[in-house]
This record gives sequence, C-alpha cells and structure tokens, in this order.
Amino acid sequence: MAEFTFWIVVGITLGSAFMVVQSKNLVYSAYALLFSFIGVTGLYVFLWADFIAVVQVVVYVGGILILIIFGIMLTNKITSVNISHASVQKKMGAVAVLGMAFLLGYMVISTPWVTLANVEPAETTAAIGRLLMMDYLLPFEVASLLLLGALIGATTLSRKED
Amino acid sequence: MITGNIITDFSLLILFLPLVAFTINIFFGKRLPRQGDWVSIGAILITLILSLSMLLNMFMNWDPDFSHEAKFIWMDLGAFKIELGFWVDNITIVMLVVVSLISSMTHIFSLEYLKGDIRYSRYYAYLGLFTFSMNGIVLANNLISLYIFWELVGVSSYLLIAHWFEKPSAAAAGKKAFLTNRVGDIGFFIGIMLMFTAIGSFNIQEVFTGVGQGLIGGTLLTFAGIGLFMGAVGKSSQFPLHIWLPDAMEGPTPVSALMHAATMVAAGVYLTVRLFPLFSPDALLVIAYVGGFTALFAASIAITQNDIKKVLAYSTISQLGYMILAVGVGNYIAAFFHLLTHAMFKACLFYGSGSVIHAMHHSLHALDDHDTDPQDMRNMGGFKSKMPITYLTMIIATLAISGVPFFSGFLSKDAILAGSLGFAQHYPQHFLLPVFGFGAAAITAFYMFRLIFMTFHGEAKMPKVFKGIHESPRVMTFPLMLLSGLSIFIFYTLPYLNPLSDHGWFTELIRAGDSVVPGNPTAHEIGEGVHHAHYTAMALSLLVAGLGIGLSYLMYLKKKLSAEVWANKMGFLYKLSYNKYYFDENYDRFLYQPFLKLSRAVAYVDWDLYDKYFINGFGRVTKWLSFHTGRIDYDGLDQSIVDGIGRTAQGFGKQLKQVQTGRLQNYMLFALVGVIIILVIQTI
Amino acid sequence: MDSLTNYLFVSVVLFALGLYGVITRRNGVAVLMGVELILNSANINFLAFARFGGMNMAGHVFALFVIVLAAAEAAVALAIIINIFNNFHTINVDDVSELKQ
Repeated sequence: MAEFTFWIVVGITLGSAFMVVQSKNLVYSAYALLFSFIGVTGLYVFLWADFIAVVQVVVYVGGILILIIFGIMLTNKITSVNISHASVQKKMGAVAVLGMAFLLGYMVISTPWVTLANVEPAETTAAIGRLLMMDYLLPFEVASLLLLGALIGATTLSRKED
Repeated sequence: MITGNIITDFSLLILFLPLVAFTINIFFGKRLPRQGDWVSIGAILITLILSLSMLLNMFMNWDPDFSHEAKFIWMDLGAFKIELGFWVDNITIVMLVVVSLISSMTHIFSLEYLKGDIRYSRYYAYLGLFTFSMNGIVLANNLISLYIFWELVGVSSYLLIAHWFEKPSAAAAGKKAFLTNRVGDIGFFIGIMLMFTAIGSFNIQEVFTGVGQGLIGGTLLTFAGIGLFMGAVGKSSQFPLHIWLPDAMEGPTPVSALMHAATMVAAGVYLTVRLFPLFSPDALLVIAYVGGFTALFAASIAITQNDIKKVLAYSTISQLGYMILAVGVGNYIAAFFHLLTHAMFKACLFYGSGSVIHAMHHSLHALDDHDTDPQDMRNMGGFKSKMPITYLTMIIATLAISGVPFFSGFLSKDAILAGSLGFAQHYPQHFLLPVFGFGAAAITAFYMFRLIFMTFHGEAKMPKVFKGIHESPRVMTFPLMLLSGLSIFIFYTLPYLNPLSDHGWFTELIRAGDSVVPGNPTAHEIGEGVHHAHYTAMALSLLVAGLGIGLSYLMYLKKKLSAEVWANKMGFLYKLSYNKYYFDENYDRFLYQPFLKLSRAVAYVDWDLYDKYFINGFGRVTKWLSFHTGRIDYDGLDQSIVDGIGRTAQGFGKQLKQVQTGRLQNYMLFALVGVIIILVIQTI
Repeated sequence: MDSLTNYLFVSVVLFALGLYGVITRRNGVAVLMGVELILNSANINFLAFARFGGMNMAGHVFALFVIVLAAAEAAVALAIIINIFNNFHTINVDDVSELKQ
C-alpha cells in the first residue's frame, strides 16, 4: 500500500515537473509547479522529514509560488509565445539533458551506497532546532543576513525612480 | 747577375728584350716620337751585342763539347712534369748570332723601306715579337716550350705577311702561311706526344737518353721521327707543304729577308739538326728524299718565274731542301753550316731585291704609273749603272749561292753534296739523292744568274721608268754591304785561309754528335764517308755550277740562245713550271673544296636541322611545360589549395561563429554538454 | 519501495527536468521555475541521504537552508524581472540582450 502511494506521489511530482517545463502557457506552468511542490512534500513525508515537509508547503507553495504568480501576472502583457527559434535549443537541450540524466543515473546505480540502519525519530523539529542553535549557528545568522539583504534589495529594485 | 750563371743571364736578356720592345711598341708605339722604332732597334742591337759576346766567348773557350742547360720546373703534376729552360751549346750560340744579326739588319733596312707606312709602330712591334719567338725556339731545351715558340713564330709570320691587309692577296697569304704551318704542326705535336708517352719527359736530353735506352723503338720511333719532321716540313716549306712561301712574298721585303730567307724557315732545319740523334734510319731516309726532291722541284719552278721575289722564294725552298737533304744523309753539321751561309747571302739577296723594288716604286710613283708591277723583272734591265752598290752586293751573294769558290756558299754546298755522294757510295740504291743535289745546284746557278742578267744587265725594258731609278740610301745599302761581305769565304775558314778546305772554326767547334738510335752510322762513320767523297763532290759541283752559269750567260746576256724558243719547244714543261705545277689549283680542287663542302654539310645539319628542330624543340617543350606548370601552380595550387585553405578556414569560421549567439541559455547548454563530456571521459 | 536509489532516481529526473526548463524556456519566469525544480531535487537528495544515513539531522538543516535561500533568491529574481519588464517591455530572455536601452 505504501509503495503504491509512493509511486503515485512520484508520478505527481515528475508529471507536474514535466508540465512545468513543457507547457506553452505560463500560468499552466505555474499551476503545475504547485502540484510539483506538493508532490515533493509527499516525498519528504515518506522520508520522515516532517518539519521540512511543512516548511516546504509554507514557504514554497505559500510564498515562492505566490511570488511567481505575481510575477507572471505583472509581466504578462507583452510576453510572447515561445517561437520555434528555440527549437534547435530544445532538441539539443533535450539531448544534453537526457545525457546528463543518464550519467547521473549511471552514477547512482554504480556507486556502492552505504546505508545505515533505519532509526525513526519521534520528531525532527526539536532536533533541527537544537542543531540550528548549536552546531549550525553561523549559517543560521548568515542566512538571516541574506534574507535581510534580499529584502532590502528586492525593495530597492522595485522602487519607482523618483 | 740574376741566375748566377752568365750564359743563362745573357740568354734571358737575349730572349726577353725583344719581347719588351714588342710590348712597348704595341701599347705606346703610336704616341712615342718617331713611332717607337728606336725602342725596337735599341733592343735588337743590345741583343746582337750580347749574342756576339757569347760568340766571342765561344771562340775564346774553344770547347767543341760546350753544353749548358738551365731549367726550372713550371708545372709538377706528379707523373707529369713540364719544365722550361735553356739549352745553350755552340750550335745555339751561332744560331743566336744569326737571328740577332739578320733581325737587326731588317730593323735598319725597314727604317727606309717602310718610311711613312700607316702601321709603322706595329710593324716594329711585330718584328720584336718574331725575334723573341725565334730566339725561344733556338734556346729551348724541351719539346713543349719549343712547340709553344714554334707556334708563336707562326703567329708572327701571319701578322707580318698580312701587314698590308687591305690587299686581299696579302691577307689571304698570311692565312695560308699560318694554316699550312698548322698542318705540319699536327704531325709535330703527334711526334712530341709519341715521344712523351714512350719516354715520359719532354726534355730533349732526357728524350735522347730514353731513345738510346730503347724505350721507344722500331716503327713507333720512325713514326715519331717523321711526325717531328712534319713540323719542319711545314715551317721550312718543304714538299708537299711548300705552297705558302711564294705567297708569303706579299709581305714587306725586309720581312721576307728576315723570316722567309734566314730565320723562320730555317727553324725547321734547326729542329732537325737539334733532334738528329733520335731519327731512325728509315726516318732519315724519308727526310733525305723529301729534302732532295724539294730542292730539285722548287728549282725547276724558279727558272720560269718573272717576279723577282718569287724567284728568290723558290730559291729559298730549294736551298732549304738542300739542308734537309744533308740532315737526311747524316751530315747534319753541313746542313747547319749551309743554314748559316744561306742566311747571310739569301738575306742579302732579298735586301737587294728590296732595294730594286724600292727604286722602282719611287720611279713609278713619280711617273704616276700604278699599273706596272714594280717587282716584275721584265720591266727592269740595265740597272747596274744606276744602282752600283746594290748590283755589286747582289753579284757577290749570287756567286755565293751558285757555289763558286772563294765564297761561303761554295763551302757549305760542297759539304752537303759530299755528304749525299758519300751516302750514295755507301748505299748505292739511293743514287737519286746526289742526282737531286747536283741537279738542283745546276739549276740554281742558272736561274740566279738569270735574275742578275734580267735585272741589272741588258737594255732597259721601260726607258721612262729607268730614268727615275736611283741608288738606295745608306740605311738600305749598309745591310747589303755587311751581308755580302759575310758571304765571302774567309769568315768561315778561319783560322785557315784555304778557300777550298773543309776545315775551319765551324767544323772544329760545331762537332757532330752521334745518333742514339741503334742502327745509324756514328758521326765518325758519316764523317769518313763525307771526306771520302769530298774531292769528287767538289769537282762535280764546280762542273754543274759552271754549266748553269754558262747557260744563263748565253741565254740572257749574250742572247745567243733565245729563251722564248726554248720555252716554246718545251711548251708543256714550261707551262708546268710557270704555273708551279698547278699545286695550288689541285689542292683547291681535291682538298679545299671537298672539305668546304663537308663543312657546309655539317653546318647545314647543325644550323638548319639541329638548331632549328632539336634546340628549338627544347625551347618549345620548355615553353609548353612552363605554361602548364604555371597553370597547375596558379589555377591548381594557388586557387584550389592555397585559396582553398583560406576558404575552408573562412567556412569553419562562419560555422563556428554561430556558436556565439549572445544568448545565455545557449552558453548554458554548451556548458552542460561540456560537463557531460568531461564526466563521460572520467568514467571511461 | 523505500530504497535510497529510488529517491535518488527521482531526484535525478527532477533535476533533469529543471535543467531542461532552465536552458530551454524563453520566458524569464519560466527559467525561475526551472531553478526551483532543481533546488527541490537537491533537497530530496539531502533528505534521502539523511534518512538512509542513520537519520542524520544535518541533512534536514541543510534542506532548511536551501529553502530559505530559494525564497530569498526568488524574491530578488522576481524584482529584477519586473524591472526588466518595465524597461524592455518584454521578459523574453533572448531579447533583453542590451545593457542600455
């Protein structure tokens, strides 16, 4: 049963991702991205990453995706449909990407992964919180700085020239 | 002095002073005062003094075996050595005196004879060149340098004979002289090379030693000897190469006196005298017959000639034949003796004829007559009253040549005839040789006195011309007097005074050497034979001389016998003699014309066929080749390959240019591809 | 099937798709979407290794940071895109090739 669900989730994820990159209509892409994010969340759950799954939904879906849709809406006036000019790029790109995928896949198969025993924790949140405050304090502070910078930057950029 | 030996020093000076005079006169003659004749005369007089001092030295030493050789190596190529040097012995010294004396006389005589000539300085320069070359022959100690000077003498002869080359006959005569000489020289050179191949040296003394050792023998030696003799045949104008000497009379008379009487033609005799020891008996026989036949043959032509110089020319050929005959029968010292006396009286005769011709020229010029031939004896007659000195000196010389006692010619001719008679007594099958000799003597006496009678006696054939005849100036008569004086017996019989004797300083000092060829009689044996026949020969020669003179006297002076009647009676023979036996015409028809035809044919092949088709063919092929190579190079290589590379690069550039799209996503794609490639390579 | 390689495969495919979107799409926002997909695939990787590596929490922390950074970057990117749109009146990545208008 779990396996079946797993594969469904995978299917949603990948299918939506495919729609994202392939759709001619930008809004459709955005919606497909939404489903993709949700699928990824499901995968996180399967991976026992409860906190991250929640963060994913909140931040990605609720924040980034909304942002993207805003962006689409705001810039929709003179967006042109993909002309066949990129078809060369498309074919070549597909080939290259496929090649990349094969390479990576081959790497995945051939690497002798060392898996340790499964330990299901009670919850991850506390552990993450502890780690953030202790071992990964510096990255945490830097990240906050980064967010600050991004905030200021975004604001500045979208200010009207007076 | 220079070389430390006085003989060598004198020889060097004698040899090179005339050459210096030649160089100065050739380059600067025209600009010098009096056109530089004093340069040449000064040089030749110094040479004469040096030669006379050597002669004096010879008398003082009185050494019959005197022989001095000085040599230096010119080219040393290991197995092949060419050296130059001098060989001076008594024969050399006498010959040097002869050459210097006659040459000086010519220089002095020419002062008047060639006064005002258009090429005066060049004439004197060439005289210097000739003297240098002749002395070179005399002093040579090896066959190569002798050959070189031999050729030089030929060149000088050519230059001097053709002195008035505006006259086509003179230019042709010069050419003929040189070319005929060359024919003889081919044989000469073959002879030299035969000797060298067998013996390995050019030095005459070494050749003698080699022949004596038997390094070359039998037929080869005879052939070599005949080859060497061919040079003498050419140079001394013997049969069959005698054709050039009569034509050479086109040159100025002093030149004729110097070269074609006394010295150059004598070079052939000198050569045979020098090389006598290496002639084999067969070669000597050939020499004797050639000489004897020539003597008679030339004399038979001289009796009908009307040009005064032509008579003397044939006379010279005849006398040279005498000398060659003497060498052939072994009495080569007699040949040299006759060379000496002949030089004196023949030169005197030529100068005399020059004097007569000079007087005729002046007389004709005064009468403005340019048609009469000043050299034709039929236009002369009775000159003895107008030109006494010339007449007297010529009489003396004629007496000498005819072999009349109390004169030098008698002594030398007598020796030759005795030699031929002695030879015939020893080998009776060769009786023809004395016949040749005595017959020629008779005829010589006849035609020489004919000359005298026609020119100086009798009625003047052209009275108007005769009026203008006068004696020549002192400059011209001085040589005449000197040389005629030297034709008197006394100078040759010293210290004895017997005019009929065959002893004197000459025979004492100039001793005959033995032949080194086995089978030849020794000098002693030859001398015995000569001595044995001496008195017979003397009687016979007096007889024939008297016959000749008598006949001539009757025919031309007393006119008791008519020359015309005799000529008509012997019409055919007369015609043969008068036309020189048609030698020139026959040579032309049977030698020259076929050869010219052959040359023309060869020239046609070369010019019209070979050049036109073969050589031009090369040109055409080359042109064709170069055109096509050019095409290949230009159109093929340049356009396709060289430009092609350019075009390929351009094409590549155009294609690769498309990589630079300026679009970010393209670059990302390329980066991705790159990464893939790297990864692939890493995994493999 | 809960094996590591399954998750890795998913991650690989997602990554490939995201890459395809980045290099192929002409619209700037679409490129941004591709980037988000790539980031997500990386996150899956991190968490998979975390789980199958004895529940190593470092993976979770990293995934968290990735999400944070993704958010910041998306914000800034969109700001830029809007600016571009205001200036060029197009967000076709091919056409915005000049620095100065």
